[in-house]
Amino acid sequence: MDRLKVATVWLGGCAGCHMSFLDLDEFLIELAGKIELVYSPVVDVKEYPENVDVCLIEGAVCNEDNLEILHKIRARTKVLVSFGDCAVTGNVPALRNKLGLHNVENILQRAYVENAQNNPAIPKADGIVPRLLERVTPVHEAVSVEYFLPGCPPPADRIKALMTQVLGGKEPKLEGANLKFG
Amino acid sequence: MAAKTLTIDGTQVSAEEGATVLQVARDHGIEIPTLCHLEGVYDVGACRLCLVEVAGIAKLLPACTTKISEGMELKTNSERLQKYRRMTLELLFAERSHVCAVCVSNGHCELQTLAYSHGMEHVRYDYCFPKWKVDVTHRLFGMDHNRCILCARCVRVCWHIEGAGTKNVSGRGASANIINDLNQPWGQSDSCTECGKCVMSCPTGALFHKGSTVAEMVHDRDKLEFIVNAREKKQWIV
Ligand code: SF4
Ligand code: SF4
Ligand code: FES
Repeated sequence: MDRLKVATVWLGGCAGCHMSFLDLDEFLIELAGKIELVYSPVVDVKEYPENVDVCLIEGAVCNEDNLEILHKIRARTKVLVSFGDCAVTGNVPALRNKLGLHNVENILQRAYVENAQNNPAIPKADGIVPRLLERVTPVHEAVSVEYFLPGCPPPADRIKALMTQVLGGKEPKLEGANLKFG
Repeated sequence: MAAKTLTIDGTQVSAEEGATVLQVARDHGIEIPTLCHLEGVYDVGACRLCLVEVAGIAKLLPACTTKISEGMELKTNSERLQKYRRMTLELLFAERSHVCAVCVSNGHCELQTLAYSHGMEHVRYDYCFPKWKVDVTHRLFGMDHNRCILCARCVRVCWHIEGAGTKNVSGRGASANIINDLNQPWGQSDSCTECGKCVMSCPTGALFHKGSTVAEMVHDRDKLEFIVNAREKKQWIV
């Protein structure tokens, strides 16, 4: 049997979910025999490939780049998994939505001007620094998502539980201690 | 008092007139999920989690405020009810900003626990992100309106167990919120006795002891239960 083509992406999140993925320890070795990691922050591939079976998506949808790659991922992937609370709920990155529609200017001003010690200026470089979206959303508000893996971050055991079910061709179902936010 | 006979999930039971569906169900070991219900204070039917099906009535009725009647036929856990309960939970999460990862009550929250037991792995509705404040003007306690589900437990214990009457609900619909006295900062309330019973009663991370950080706020119900037990049964058992 062909190995399952798996991708992982990192949108607006802290990389904690990916750290937790690396925390799978020896299961990573087992996984390596069963999957082919075709795209990931830990793999040096620049372009998201075609015909991906499963993609784990960390992070909320915060900027134009996030949105663009997400549409590409949806078009090229069979099964999307919202990986961690930021992807599932918007979590901490979405807190800026509470500041209303002009939150983008406000937070950039706060971070890069009011709190700057040297060279206070809002970074602007078209084509290099992606523009922030007015509203941060969970992944499923932007594209349809098959499965959800909450947790901040989801502990390695929970990732293992979901991956085992997905690899076994089953519809994953998280229950008991494996279903938890935060 | 006269006894009434009714059927809950196919089992015939009898109970005293005047009892609520929730009381009778629990007395017979049938669990109905609740959120605004709190032993020792009257019920208000605010959260709608305890909805049950009553044969012959098209509407779903809250178990906590519905009195039993003769020949009543109840369903407490149908597929339809499960669907509505999950929907209710999702709406509660969408209505304010529950960011469990940075919540004082993460891991000790009744809203979370119910979400898990109802299989809520995501919220299908768009989050509202309303602009609510955190009131930390009180010497001992804080209130984060972002995590309030308007169950009014705090209001009921404040009025009917402590007898202070500090807390109230102001406004309607999505703008409803918990206030102190004449809508002033908690720290400036003249009537608050600093008893902390509201904090004990809160099901979520909305009311907390100052100084508690993520996952530290456990709402200790022992003191409330002690008072209610003493009041209702005249037993002073610690
Ligand atoms: S109150 Fe409960 S549901 Fe809300 S953020 Fe805190 S832990 Fe999560
Ligand atoms: S502060 Fe807590 S107890 Fe009071 S209404 Fe809100 S959720 Fe309920
Ligand atoms: S417990 Fe009955 S409506 Fe809340």
